[in-house]
Amino acid sequence: MPVIDLANPSRVLVIVNRLLPWLVAVTIILFAIGLFRALNAPDDYQQGATVKIMFLHVPAAWLGMLGWVIMSISALGTLVWRHPLADVAGKAAAPIGAAFTFICLLTGSLWGRPTWGTYWVWDARLTSMLILLLLYLGVIALYWTAEEPGRGARAAAILSLVGAINLPIIKFSVDWWNTLHQPASVFRIGGSKIDPALLTPLLIMALAFTLLFVTLHLASMRNEILRRRVRSIRLLQAQKFAEVSA
Amino acid sequence: MNLGPHADFIVAAYVVTIFVIAALVAWVMLDYSAQRRILGDLEEHRITRRSQRKGQ
Repeated sequence: MPVIDLANPSRVLVIVNRLLPWLVAVTIILFAIGLFRALNAPDDYQQGATVKIMFLHVPAAWLGMLGWVIMSISALGTLVWRHPLADVAGKAAAPIGAAFTFICLLTGSLWGRPTWGTYWVWDARLTSMLILLLLYLGVIALYWTAEEPGRGARAAAILSLVGAINLPIIKFSVDWWNTLHQPASVFRIGGSKIDPALLTPLLIMALAFTLLFVTLHLASMRNEILRRRVRSIRLLQAQKFAEVSA
Repeated sequence: MNLGPHADFIVAAYVVTIFVIAALVAWVMLDYSAQRRILGDLEEHRITRRSQRKGQ
């Protein structure tokens, strides 16, 4: 089958319907294993049991940024190739990415109070992550409030590409500026600085969260394709009505 | 499992995460059933897309 056939909305619906039950099952199994390992992981020598928040906070942060990467790639598809599925993928990723960014900020705040002594500080990492959430809300507003979906999609695509500038700022903020937030400790030159007893559950939870993201994204893309079908039928209906009335 | 003196913060983080994810999953599922229902109603009234009619 040529790859281009996969980029057909009807084909995507068939593939998503086949994939979703498997993805749901694997995600649930991974979460069960990950949560068991996370809740039974040893305490950190400095942070004590609050390190358990890391198993939620770190994957949520990664996926908050992954959501924007997906939206930026989709934006290219929308603006350069004008492919309707690119727009579907971008629109479907926005609320999911926003939800994970929100989880990251909230769990980070709850982790910050006992470890840093404050819920919030306007340092580079926290502020750039908050900007990411605001950008997500902007894109969602553009998608859902535009009267003509095509115009909303193009505006959202442009904002997605402009907002991608924020991603390296988030990533390198802890290196470029003096921040309360710790520098990268999982993916870094020289290997992870986290003990395997904490790293293994973290990676399992990250995989579970990633599969949850993929599952929700595919399900949202399916919803969006159906929504567009409903819209095209209604437009046809309105057109017929106008012809009869004329 | 002993969560130490900061148990409230740990429990709150897990509860909030579960709540947000549950809300997201519920929204996606409800949206799916709503779109299916609307499409079903439209098809019941024999209103289809042009591409579907061509295929018939």
